[in-house]
Amino acid sequence: MSILVDKNTRVICQGITGKTGLFHSQQCRAYGTPFFGGVTPGKGGTEIDGFPVFDSVDEAVRKTGANCSLIFVPPGGCGDAILEAAAAGITLIVAITEGVPVLDMVRTADVLATKFPKSRLIGPNCPGIITPGIAKIGIMPGYIHKPGPVGLVSKSGTLTYEAAWQLGNVGLGQSTAIGIGGDPIIGTNFIDCLTLFEADPDTEAMLMIGEIGGNAEIKAAEFIQANIKKPVAAFIAGQTAPPGKRMGHAGAIISGGSGTAEEKIAALEAAGVVVSRSPADMGKALVEAIARKK
Amino acid sequence: MKIHEYQGKQLFAKAGVSVPKGIVARTPEEAAAAFTQLGGPIAVVKSQIHAGGRGKGRFKEQPEQPGVKLVKSADEARENAQRMLGNTLVTIQTGPEGKQVNTIYVEGGLNIARELYLAVIVDREAGSPVVIMSSEGGVEIEHVAKVSPEKILKEPFHAGYGLQPYQARRLAYQLGLSGSAVTSAQSFLPKFCRFFVDNDCSMAEVNPLVVTAEGELVALDAKVTFDDNAMFRHKDFAELRDLSEENEFEVRAGNAGLSYVKLDGNIGCLVNGAGLAMSTMDLIKLHGGEPANFLDVGGGAKVDQVTEAFSIILADKNVKAVLVNIFGGIMKCDTIVTALLSAYDTVGFTVPLVVRLEGTNVDIARKMLADSGRKIIAATDLTDAAQKVVATLKA
Repeated sequence: MSILVDKNTRVICQGITGKTGLFHSQQCRAYGTPFFGGVTPGKGGTEIDGFPVFDSVDEAVRKTGANCSLIFVPPGGCGDAILEAAAAGITLIVAITEGVPVLDMVRTADVLATKFPKSRLIGPNCPGIITPGIAKIGIMPGYIHKPGPVGLVSKSGTLTYEAAWQLGNVGLGQSTAIGIGGDPIIGTNFIDCLTLFEADPDTEAMLMIGEIGGNAEIKAAEFIQANIKKPVAAFIAGQTAPPGKRMGHAGAIISGGSGTAEEKIAALEAAGVVVSRSPADMGKALVEAIARKK
Repeated sequence: MKIHEYQGKQLFAKAGVSVPKGIVARTPEEAAAAFTQLGGPIAVVKSQIHAGGRGKGRFKEQPEQPGVKLVKSADEARENAQRMLGNTLVTIQTGPEGKQVNTIYVEGGLNIARELYLAVIVDREAGSPVVIMSSEGGVEIEHVAKVSPEKILKEPFHAGYGLQPYQARRLAYQLGLSGSAVTSAQSFLPKFCRFFVDNDCSMAEVNPLVVTAEGELVALDAKVTFDDNAMFRHKDFAELRDLSEENEFEVRAGNAGLSYVKLDGNIGCLVNGAGLAMSTMDLIKLHGGEPANFLDVGGGAKVDQVTEAFSIILADKNVKAVLVNIFGGIMKCDTIVTALLSAYDTVGFTVPLVVRLEGTNVDIARKMLADSGRKIIAATDLTDAAQKVVATLKA
C-alpha cells in the first residue's frame, strides 16, 4: 500500500514536448511508471520518443484513460494547465513548474476547491511524488527511494533526497515520499499528507521536512498532537536565515518576526515530534521517534 | 521587487487611489521649486529610500537631520534637501550602514484628522489576499500586533471579484469612521485592493492612511513590493527598479539564475536546492561557524553558473573558507565535479575549499576530486563537511 499513487495510476505529462518535460517523462517511464503520453496544444497527433502527443488533456484522458498529470509548462501557463487537467477529470495533478505568480495560484486553488473538489493538486514548485518500486511521478532520482514503512513529506527537493538517503542508511525505506513545494500557496499541505499516512496501513512512521515562512508547520504540530498516533520526526530548515529575506523558495521568508524555525521547532516538540537540529540527523531522529513510541 | 514611495504613489494615482500632491526633486533647487509649485503654506520633504522608519532616521553626515521634515518655505525645502541628497540615512530598517539618498519627494500638507494603518498581503492560510487595517496608524504594525492585537482588523477578499463595498463599510465602521469618511472608504479600499491584484503585488502598505478633516481617505505613505514571479507580465515595471538599493552581488547572482543572499559570517557556501542550502547554513552554525551566504545554484549546475557562483562568494572579503554541498540526483555528481574543477581554476581559489558530495555516481566523482591535484578537502558526510570547514578557520 501507499498513498495517492499505486499500480492503477495512469500518467500523462502536460508540456511533454519541452526539453525538461520530455527528459523527466522518459525518466519516469524508465522507472516503470505507467506513462501514456503527453499534451502540447498544437502538436496533437504527433509522437515524441514513443509517447503519443495530444492537443488537450481532455483528449488524452479519453484516449488513454489517464488519471494523473505531471505538469512542466512555463510559470505563466501553469495555473491554466492545472485547471485544464482538473476539468478533464484528472484526479492527481503534480505541478513541478517553479516560479508561478502567487496570485495565479490564489485563483487556481480557489477554482479547484469550488469547482473540482475531486482533483488533488501537489505543488507547484515541487519535486513530485514517488511510491518506491511502483511509480515515480516527478523529478527525484528514483534509486535513492527504497520501499519501506516511512511516509516522507517535505517542502524541499534536494533536502528530500538527502532525507531518503539518510533513511536508507538506517535501513528504512518509504511507503510514499511527497514533495509539497516551497511556494506560499500550494495544493496539498502537511496536514493532508499526515492524514493520508496515518490511515495507510503500510506507513508505520512519518518524517516531515519544513522550513521558515508561514505557519503550516505550526498547524501541522497542532494536528499531530490531536490526531496522529504513529511516530513522527521532523526537520526545519532555515534556523540561521535572516528575517525579511527570501531564501530561494518564494514561501521561505520570515516576515514581521513570524515564521521562524525556532517557533516551528518548539511547536513540533511540544506536540511530541522528535525534531532533528542538524540536517545530518534526520534519519536518526526518525529512529528515535519510533523507539519512543515502543 | 521593491519600489520607492513616490513611484508607489504615482501608481496609486493611476489606479484612482487618493494621494497628496507631490513632486520629485533630485537637487536642492528642484526641491525649492517644488515647494513653490505646490503653493501651500507647508510641505513635507521626504527622503526616498526603500527602508522604513525615515521620520525617526538620521543622516550619518548630518546627525541632526531627520529623513522626513515638515517645511514652511522654499528656502527651508532647499536647505533640508541639501542636507539629505547624497548623504546616508540610517533608520531602524537600514542597518548601521544606512542608505544613500538620491531622490527627494516634496509633498503638499494635509489637514489630518486621524491616522490609520492599511496593508494588503496574500494570506497563505486563507489562500486569498487579505486587507489588514488598524486604528493605530503611523506606528509599527508589529508593535500593535504584540501590544493590542484586538486593534488589528483582517478582511480577506476574492482575488477575482475584489473587495466588496460592504466589506469596506464593515472595516470603516469597525475603525470608528463616520459620515463622508465611510463613503470615502467605500471607494478607496476596493480601488486599493484592485491595485494590489492588477499589479501582482506581494505587499502594499500605507502607514499612515490619513483621514482628512474633510472626511477623505488619503495615502500618506506607499510601500509596495511586487511578486518577482509575475514580473514577466509587467515588463514596464523594470524601469522602476533602483539597483542602487539592492546588494550588488544579489543582483549579479539574479542575472546568472542563482539564488544568493549575503550574510555576515565567513564561511561561503555553494549548494544545490534551496532547502539544502538553508540546511547547510544551519549545519555550519551548529558546528561553531558562521555562514557568509545562502546560495542555491539550482538543479542544472552548469560550468558558467558554478564559476559565477564561486566568484560572487569570493568577492565577499569576509569569506575565509568555502563549503560546497551537493546532492547529485538527476544531475550526476561527476558532471558537477567537472564544473567545479573548471570553475575552481577559472576563479583562482585562495581560501580552503571543502567539498561534500552524495548521490548519483558519487564514487566516480570522489575519485575525480582526489586525482585532480587541486587543494580540495573532501568530506565524507554532512557533519564531517561542517567540522572540516570550521577547522580550516582555526588552523
